[in-house]
Amino acid sequence: MKRILKTIGIGALSISATFFTLGQLQAAEVIKIGAVAPKTGPLAGGSTVSHWPNLKLWVSQVNGRGGLKLKSGRAKIELIEYDDRTNPGETIKAVQRLATQDKVDFIISPYGTGLNLAAAPIFAKYGYPQIAVTAITDKVPALTKRYPNLFFLLGNTTAFTQSVADILKKLVADGKIGNRVAMVNVADAFGIELANAARPIFKAAGLDIVYDKSYPLGTQDLSPVVKGAKAANPDAFIAWSYPPDTFGLTAQAKIVGLNVKAFYTAVATAFPVYAGKFGGAIENVLGAGGVNPDSAEMKAYRKAHKEVTGKDADYWASPVVYASLQILEQAIEAVGSKDRKAVTAHIKANSFNTVIGPVRFNNQNNDKFWTVGQWQNGVFHGVSSTGRPGAKTVKLKSGW
Amino acid sequence: MDILIGGILLGGTYVLMALGLQLQYGVARIMNLANGEILVAGAFGAFWFYSGFQANPFLALIVIVPLAFILNWGIYRYLLSPLVRRAKSRGQLEVDSILATFGLSFIFVGLMLAVFGGEYFSYGYLERAVIVLEQPYGLNRIAAFCASAALCIALVLWLNHTRSGLALRAVAVNPTAASLVAIKVARTSALAFAIGGAVTASGGALLSMFLTFDASIGVIFTLKALIIVILGGVGEIRGTIVAAFMLGLAETAVASLIDPGLTLAAAYLLFIVILLVRPQGLFGSRS
Amino acid sequence: MSGTDKRNFALAAMALAMAALLPLFDTGYWLALGVSLAMYGVLATSWAMFSGPTHYISLATAAFFGTGMYIVGGGVEILPFPVLVVIAAVAGAALAVLVGLTTMRISGVYFVIFTLGLAELIRQVVTWVQTTMGSSSGLYVLTEITESMIYWQLLLLLAVVYLVGWRINRSRLGLALRVIGNDETVAAHVGINTAKAKVILFVISGTVASVTGALLAPRWTYVEPTIAFSPMISFQVVIMALLGGVHRLWGPLCGVIPFMLLWDLISAQFPNQTTLLLGVAFLLIVYLIPNGVVGLIESRLKRRSSGNG
Repeated sequence: MKRILKTIGIGALSISATFFTLGQLQAAEVIKIGAVAPKTGPLAGGSTVSHWPNLKLWVSQVNGRGGLKLKSGRAKIELIEYDDRTNPGETIKAVQRLATQDKVDFIISPYGTGLNLAAAPIFAKYGYPQIAVTAITDKVPALTKRYPNLFFLLGNTTAFTQSVADILKKLVADGKIGNRVAMVNVADAFGIELANAARPIFKAAGLDIVYDKSYPLGTQDLSPVVKGAKAANPDAFIAWSYPPDTFGLTAQAKIVGLNVKAFYTAVATAFPVYAGKFGGAIENVLGAGGVNPDSAEMKAYRKAHKEVTGKDADYWASPVVYASLQILEQAIEAVGSKDRKAVTAHIKANSFNTVIGPVRFNNQNNDKFWTVGQWQNGVFHGVSSTGRPGAKTVKLKSGW
Repeated sequence: MDILIGGILLGGTYVLMALGLQLQYGVARIMNLANGEILVAGAFGAFWFYSGFQANPFLALIVIVPLAFILNWGIYRYLLSPLVRRAKSRGQLEVDSILATFGLSFIFVGLMLAVFGGEYFSYGYLERAVIVLEQPYGLNRIAAFCASAALCIALVLWLNHTRSGLALRAVAVNPTAASLVAIKVARTSALAFAIGGAVTASGGALLSMFLTFDASIGVIFTLKALIIVILGGVGEIRGTIVAAFMLGLAETAVASLIDPGLTLAAAYLLFIVILLVRPQGLFGSRS
Repeated sequence: MSGTDKRNFALAAMALAMAALLPLFDTGYWLALGVSLAMYGVLATSWAMFSGPTHYISLATAAFFGTGMYIVGGGVEILPFPVLVVIAAVAGAALAVLVGLTTMRISGVYFVIFTLGLAELIRQVVTWVQTTMGSSSGLYVLTEITESMIYWQLLLLLAVVYLVGWRINRSRLGLALRVIGNDETVAAHVGINTAKAKVILFVISGTVASVTGALLAPRWTYVEPTIAFSPMISFQVVIMALLGGVHRLWGPLCGVIPFMLLWDLISAQFPNQTTLLLGVAFLLIVYLIPNGVVGLIESRLKRRSSGNG
């Protein structure tokens, strides 16, 4: 019986092995780039907005130009995509498959903090540069020390919360609002980290946290949360929220009439669908991220994104994902070959012109990023950053 | 008072999620793990009508309900009834239907992904405040509640006062005995499965007025529906309705009085405690 | 120990030894696949040890798996890893005793959904504690443990599971379980302590799942509640075990191996239709292999031996 099993096993292995070798027959003048991110599962809703469309846009633009400029000539990009179904085990397997079976030249970083960190050891092992975008953590120094190929582009938890605190502190100092803050967070990784980072920072900024509660991911009725916050009579409402609850909280705030002068929700506030759903009601809503929509690069990017993918880019992670691809592109072209070690070294040592402005990594970490944005006249403008120009002044929200 | 109304509104939402599964599991004996995907499909349908034709979700029901009925009838007739015939015991059927509908749920997710894409969908319909006893509530939630109440009444009347309803109840209690009194068990089961699917899809269409959804989110609704059906007792429509409102009230009360972070924990705790006291659910009888 | 036993032992030991050589040949994709195989192999086998003979379908695997993972996540900066694995085992066992003792009155589909509710309850409590205690440090598991080590640890665990399963089958407990599986009322009448037998089995399977979670924490690096307690883990374990066959100790592995390979092939070849095609594959398996892989193999063997005889 055991023998039969083994025969079956070996048979299956060899069948799949043949499949893989068939997949490896490629034409010349091609640069193979792999991508792993959720197309299904809990994080798919975010990655389909911020991640995948940018890959499509970038590949179509680069190949439209004739490919990447290498010393040996132009090389067109062949993109190999895998769906990890928001499962770290699958991410690991898919990155391994890209590295050792498909033998791709470069790999785009995965989506989400957890999936990026799960894949980091493999990127490091094979020397692939990993320009992580949608991974926000406070462990940047420890992680970059551990993984010399890992770069962080989108920012860190402390900066995001610090910016919110600074905005509120200034509004309080200017006498525009009182110092009572209602704070809620989704009880999941990113929400927990942001809330934990925010508590001491808010206190240090002289803010009085009058309501501080979490709610589980997947809560279907957020009205008790919003009503509880309203009952605490706050001057500002801060929610470290995920996409579904960002929508839910905003809708409830509108219904319950939570008329604070500063209203902040975190992830997905910058999504086009957020504006599509609420229209003019979200004027002056604050949220995580932001861009400088007036720069020429950003305008061109948004136009191309719409043309190629048929959808609007979001106002936070989308352009940063695109910027990570631009960095990779510029580094590969500067080195002029598929030498991953040289490309990684180039990324570490140089400055890059991207859609979000010039980027120069400081110890593998980009320390100039947008932290807070605000909906103003139908556009999500950056209002606070750690060194990006073009911030608008924060406006007070006046009702829904 | 606020907790009471809020809880009842949420309970109405839960009724919409669970009632269809109850019909499918209680009568047709199919533990349908693709239930949540049918619900999401209903939500996508409503969204599509809303964005394409400016049709409100209630009008969309006119199309969604018959479509879902036909689709689910087809699923039962062509995919599940072979399993029912093949099964030697109820346990065997349970295992087979878990496997088959799990596969089915993947197929639905894949199809919705291909058609609509993977991003979040959310649109605001009737997102206005209505003041009831000095407290604001979302008009869309109240509308969904009224629709679910109407649905419950219609279902209960039909089950209790028509011949086909009686047949359905007979099959729910004992399929073998039902076949002895000249009830066509296979047809009745197909009917129950199809109606269950239609109820679930219309629930999805109504919930889409205020819930954010995406192609992969169905499993969350399936889990909730399973919990409610089991809490109420298998084959007991009344039980499902009571269980849904109990969970709604408990969640709202905990969220308002103790900590919103514990809402779901409280709901599951309630479920577990009740099942420990009454192992057949609130209304179920020991077979 | 009979002659067949000795032969089976030798064969199993050889298979295990061969499997253990994998990291020497490849530490890339095949090892990653091997870890997934070993993980689901352990989970499905230990799941079937309880659910096979008793017919109680448990969806609580994710609860134990997540608990183990969180224990490592929370303690990795304080205690050495092996200690944490032991703690995870003890915690998993304790949790299983608690659950086992309280659920004994519940049976059939009520038990299925009860365990599902339980898993969700534990996940909710853990996240609530995590967010109110205000520590994010427990989320990161940064160790020097390599994938090969994780693979060997899982294989060792699998060997232990097989040994325990084999011992149980030989013992009075195994006999008792088979009687319970056939008819629980009869079992009670002939003086079998059904509750005790079921709890022991449930504890074994819970402990193993918890240890598996603990062993995998270093591989996943970042412990998130949505992922550690994902109900998909529970469902997949059930599905794979059922596809293999739960009435033989080696049955679940027969489900895990072909299923994971097929799954992987689909993910690799059809990245944009993975979910859709997986669903189709599922339906086909259910219709074409009604009694699981074990059923298929056994009927083939029977046909062959009757053909010869």
